[in-house]
Amino acid sequence: MADQPHVAVTEGADDGPVHWLQKLLDNPWLLLFLGVVVPTLSYTVWGWVELVLMKKAELP
Amino acid sequence: MGILTSDNSRVCDTTGLKVCLQSEMLIKLNAVVAVVCLLIGVLAAFGLALTRWETIGLLDPLMYYRFTTVHGLNMLIFWILFMEMAILYFAGTVLLNNRNASSLLSWGQFGLMLIGMGMVNYSVFTGRADVMMTSYVPLRAEHEFYLGTILFAVGALLGTTNFFANLYVAKRDKTYKGSIPLVVFGALAAAIIAVFTILHGAVALVPTWLWSIGMMEAPDAGWYRLLWWGLGHPSQQINVCAMVAVWYLLGTLTVGAKPLNQAVCRTAFLLYILFINRASEHHLLVDPGLSAEHKMWNTSYALYLAVLASMIHGFTVPASLEVAQRKKGHGGLFGWLAKAPWGDPGFAALFVSLVIFGFGGGITGVTLGTHQINIVAHNTLRIPGHFHMTVAGGTSLAFMGLAYYVVPLIFRKEYSFRGLARIQPYIFGLGISIMAIGMTLAGSLGVPRRHPDIDFTDAAIKADLSAASPFMALVGIGGFIAATGALIFILLTVHAVFLGASNKGRAMTSWQKPEQDKLTRDLMSTNWNPEGAGLKPSGTSVLTLLLLAAFAIYYFANWKALADVWHVS
Repeated sequence: MADQPHVAVTEGADDGPVHWLQKLLDNPWLLLFLGVVVPTLSYTVWGWVELVLMKKAELP
Repeated sequence: MGILTSDNSRVCDTTGLKVCLQSEMLIKLNAVVAVVCLLIGVLAAFGLALTRWETIGLLDPLMYYRFTTVHGLNMLIFWILFMEMAILYFAGTVLLNNRNASSLLSWGQFGLMLIGMGMVNYSVFTGRADVMMTSYVPLRAEHEFYLGTILFAVGALLGTTNFFANLYVAKRDKTYKGSIPLVVFGALAAAIIAVFTILHGAVALVPTWLWSIGMMEAPDAGWYRLLWWGLGHPSQQINVCAMVAVWYLLGTLTVGAKPLNQAVCRTAFLLYILFINRASEHHLLVDPGLSAEHKMWNTSYALYLAVLASMIHGFTVPASLEVAQRKKGHGGLFGWLAKAPWGDPGFAALFVSLVIFGFGGGITGVTLGTHQINIVAHNTLRIPGHFHMTVAGGTSLAFMGLAYYVVPLIFRKEYSFRGLARIQPYIFGLGISIMAIGMTLAGSLGVPRRHPDIDFTDAAIKADLSAASPFMALVGIGGFIAATGALIFILLTVHAVFLGASNKGRAMTSWQKPEQDKLTRDLMSTNWNPEGAGLKPSGTSVLTLLLLAAFAIYYFANWKALADVWHVS
């Protein structure tokens, strides 16, 4: 590892045993996947399906 | 100048951090263009404020619409996203002791965003795109407006991709130990939300562009709104993540603070990543095509997990400041605030933006986002009142505070007129607060957003909103003060960048008194644990209870307001 001065802003999480949640937080690719897929399903796909299935309004 | 190293980087004279020279150039360029966009938006803001102030009524309806389009695009999209690109370069390289991964992606990012911004502004200024920022179909702009927006979005996607590449290179080259720093994690959350945002923008705007050049039928209005708000609101959630990351960064730079609990702070960012993009639904709450289940799940259920994240940050940021101040020996319930460096514009911007975002933007946002309450607020001036407290009073002010450190540390130029710089965050914060309160009160009486003729002159059904006149005057006066505060920031920053004294070869001139600065520098270079220091953030706990009380009063007052107009027997 290259030398880096000790400045508080560059500090990462504590060393020691790694909790499963920390492993998740340390995986940017999994976070990227979840961050795109979860809201896309909940907001976009669900909303899109509702719009597609909406019946045409009939004028009285 | 700082010490040059063999890998095209230098060592910062103030922090000792290694600064990749290519990243430094890109940070500078993105920041300069961001400030230019801010200037355009501020000039438009003067026109809007002096029109909403009915006594003056400066602009005719068409010009008001055009100025609003210019203001919205430059303030909400261009100024913010160029600044965020600068933050991504800073977080992905400087804070990770890393070099920039890809010149191609980086210059592609800057070039495409610059061209896109220029095309969109040309289109709006020449009257070819009087469509507001939202550009709802079937309202149609000329083709270059959509193409410019698409190019801008692709540029932002390239910048985001480069940030992920920087993360990959840093991990591969082992430039840091353990987890990435919290500020970088905040930038990562912003970048993830940016990917969702840009993809939705592409899906909404590519067909719309094809329609504008006659290659396909107009997109369905309901479909467009669903997709466009997947771009429109999440682009402001990128701001939230970046702003929170900047809060943590400024906390360290100004008082030597450390995040109170890294795991809790990161978990809060995770909640943002998973749930904050549901806020798009707020704009669709009166759309007929979507079910009540879709609306309630995406606002009143899942979104509350993102609100929880904001409440966590709303506690941990001031608590971190408090613990750092206590570590310096500033005791008492609020002694840590009394002894804070209020004359440091970085700290002033941090704390004022925190208060405006929490007490103003947060409380109103949760309330307006409630499905039932929204019906009495939708499309009223209450909505701009809310988002001026989040995006302007929150994010923009935080970014201004960041600039007071970026210019000396990255441009290596000192600010002049330092007395004016010290009060600038207060001027801007005061103006935004007055304006937003005026908007909220006027909107509560039913004053609509987006057009200045609030009485609907010549309409078949007239509206008498004369009771709102005093509040509209507040909007005008507050807006004028806020725009003046922003203009002061721009002039100070432009002067510093081009005419400021160089600080190459020495540390930046501190904004703080010598004794304050010494305590902060000592704390910054000390390896201490805020959780193990036995220092309780009791003052922050009191402020938090005050926030919750204010929220409860405002929230239930709105249910009462709803009950007053919607009688259920």
